[in-house]
Amino acid sequence: MTPRNEKLEPPSDDKRWRIVQATMQRNGYERDGLIETLHTVQESFGYLDDESLRYVAASLNAPLSQVYGVSTFYHLFSLKPAGRHTCVVCLGTACYIKGIPHLLKEIERTYGIKAGETTSDGHLSLITARCLGSCGLAPVAVFNGEIAGKIEIEHALARLAALREAEDVRQA
Amino acid sequence: MFDRLEEITKAEQETAGRFDHTVDVCVAAGCMSSQSVAIKEALEKEVEAHGQGHRCRVRGTGCMGLCAAGPLITVDAEKPGEIMYKQVTVGDAADIVASLDSTPVERLRCRTDVPFFQRQKKIALENSGLIDPERIEEYIAREGYSGLMRALTEMSPSDVIDEVVASGLRGRGGGGYPTGLKWTTVAKSDGDVKYVICNADEGDPGAFMDRSVLESDPHRILEGMAIAGYAIGASQGYVYVRGEYPTAVARLKTAIRQARRANMLGSGIGGTLFNFHVDIRLGAGAFVCGEETALIASIEGKRGTPRPRPPYPAEFGLWGRPTLINNVETFANIAPIIRNGGDWYARIGSGASKGTKVFALAGSIINTGLIEVPMGTPLREIVYEIGGGISGGGECKAIQTGGPSGGCIPAGYFDTPVDYESLSALGSIMGSGGMIVMDESASMVDVARYFMEFCMTESCGRCVPCRVGTVHMHNILDKFSRHEATPHDLELLEKLCDMVRNTSLCGLGQTAPNPVMSTLRYFRDEYMDCMMPELNGAERVGELMEVAR
Repeated sequence: MTPRNEKLEPPSDDKRWRIVQATMQRNGYERDGLIETLHTVQESFGYLDDESLRYVAASLNAPLSQVYGVSTFYHLFSLKPAGRHTCVVCLGTACYIKGIPHLLKEIERTYGIKAGETTSDGHLSLITARCLGSCGLAPVAVFNGEIAGKIEIEHALARLAALREAEDVRQA
Repeated sequence: MFDRLEEITKAEQETAGRFDHTVDVCVAAGCMSSQSVAIKEALEKEVEAHGQGHRCRVRGTGCMGLCAAGPLITVDAEKPGEIMYKQVTVGDAADIVASLDSTPVERLRCRTDVPFFQRQKKIALENSGLIDPERIEEYIAREGYSGLMRALTEMSPSDVIDEVVASGLRGRGGGGYPTGLKWTTVAKSDGDVKYVICNADEGDPGAFMDRSVLESDPHRILEGMAIAGYAIGASQGYVYVRGEYPTAVARLKTAIRQARRANMLGSGIGGTLFNFHVDIRLGAGAFVCGEETALIASIEGKRGTPRPRPPYPAEFGLWGRPTLINNVETFANIAPIIRNGGDWYARIGSGASKGTKVFALAGSIINTGLIEVPMGTPLREIVYEIGGGISGGGECKAIQTGGPSGGCIPAGYFDTPVDYESLSALGSIMGSGGMIVMDESASMVDVARYFMEFCMTESCGRCVPCRVGTVHMHNILDKFSRHEATPHDLELLEKLCDMVRNTSLCGLGQTAPNPVMSTLRYFRDEYMDCMMPELNGAERVGELMEVAR
């Protein structure tokens, strides 16, 4: 497959753009590689900002509307930066039956945010997942990428509190 | 090339023979989340510390099935007198290593002579928990890739399809479309470029079969896809995996790399003229992408919205080319069918549902985990014998199969054999294999509302009945759960079910009413109890006022 589009100058000299370019190159700068490219941008930068969407659109010669449409269609793509810590609560059927909605409500109440939001100080992002596929361990939550099964409300809140404490200690 | 496979097999057996003991630690997702990787490292250290490295080996293997008791460890799994340990912690490593030459550690013993292990019949999961998923040699040593080599060297593409037709295998993603027929259609479609797609976008909440197969035995999928490619005349395959499954993706990537190096993928496979390449495409969290036309759109880098069929992907699929799409579990059955013959497979199972099915047991059941049973096994046997019964001492109320597209089957129907036809007759579907057991505490209206909320948010918005209908149905179900529904709402709900089911564009919308319809069919009383209090007896009014206060 011959590359249809030329390599464009990235918006800044941030080295992470090279990883993004590599993904686009691997897909021959074809529009088909849009989702793969967005995955790479999100992995490298944490989220998709306007600048990166424009850059990807221009590089793949795709309308910005298509790039924006795709990035808002899929749940995994985020247009906002995530908090320093993340807590993913699984809302799969097994977790639901085992009472995860109560846990979610408790976390929402404690941190004053709704699912999908980040605390105003950028400390914690509360995310919900459709199903993490660890139903054998329901209810399940993930703290900073570390999955915890058969979780109880007190246990979950204690883990979150420990994150905050660790951060406070570091700042002090 | 058969010689090469034999050589690797022999070398593997020799290696295995050099060790007196093999300790296998499950490193599939379930056990990994209870620190099984750290346990494996602790065991390795312990073995080294005792100077046993030359005669004991520690391996990371795939899922052993009984996720409820994880992390699981087996000692000498393939020798008589195999020992299984459950709920192992890092601190237990020393005791386990010390016990290798003497008596097993009783406090950690997990009995394997129980129905959970004895009643299963494993075909798709035959290697799960017995091989290291990151070593192609171990897969080859268990007859891996011999099915592919047999197809390439001894069979014509139509012979391969004949075997699949004879096996009676049906789509394991839930639809149950005869796999042989699908392959025949794609093989007959005109065009010099065709594609094979493996649908690993396991979106049903409560289902983790595909994830487990990918994490435990990824080569099996690649072999199945390559055989399919040979049969239909394709030289490129894609595995569309959920982005939520990082471990599965990583192991699949490793497997593809190893298979290429071993010449089991790529150009001139096994010294023949057949070329087949496999690439991974990552999903990004959209349930609708499990629908085949939406999945194709997603691979093409677009929003994952479905399109009307026909034309079916078998004629007009990826980039307009004839495309074969099968589910992970379907591909997992292909290699054994080619190795042992379609007739062998057709002898397993019942009626029009042949072979075995993998189920993910979850919810209020003691033995949560992954099982594989012959089609036609009664639900009762699955829940009470293999599943070990209801956890928490309660009574079983219903089981939910098929996720948001399925329904709830009440306990009174548990003598029903599990097969495609029997489950649809009950108003549910086989689905991809998620089985959620619910005890008496579960509210059926709430379950219906939960699934409708799921379909409402996952609706892609392309067609009106699904986009708008699911919202209205959810609103009505919400009224029921707030005890504000009227008889008119019930009537409207039933009408909407009928409308959404019959007029939606794709499977998501067409099956979205199923959870509502099945709960209405079997648990109508619960809906009636959720009507507005004044319509439902004066005593309830007082009771609810109390709650409201």
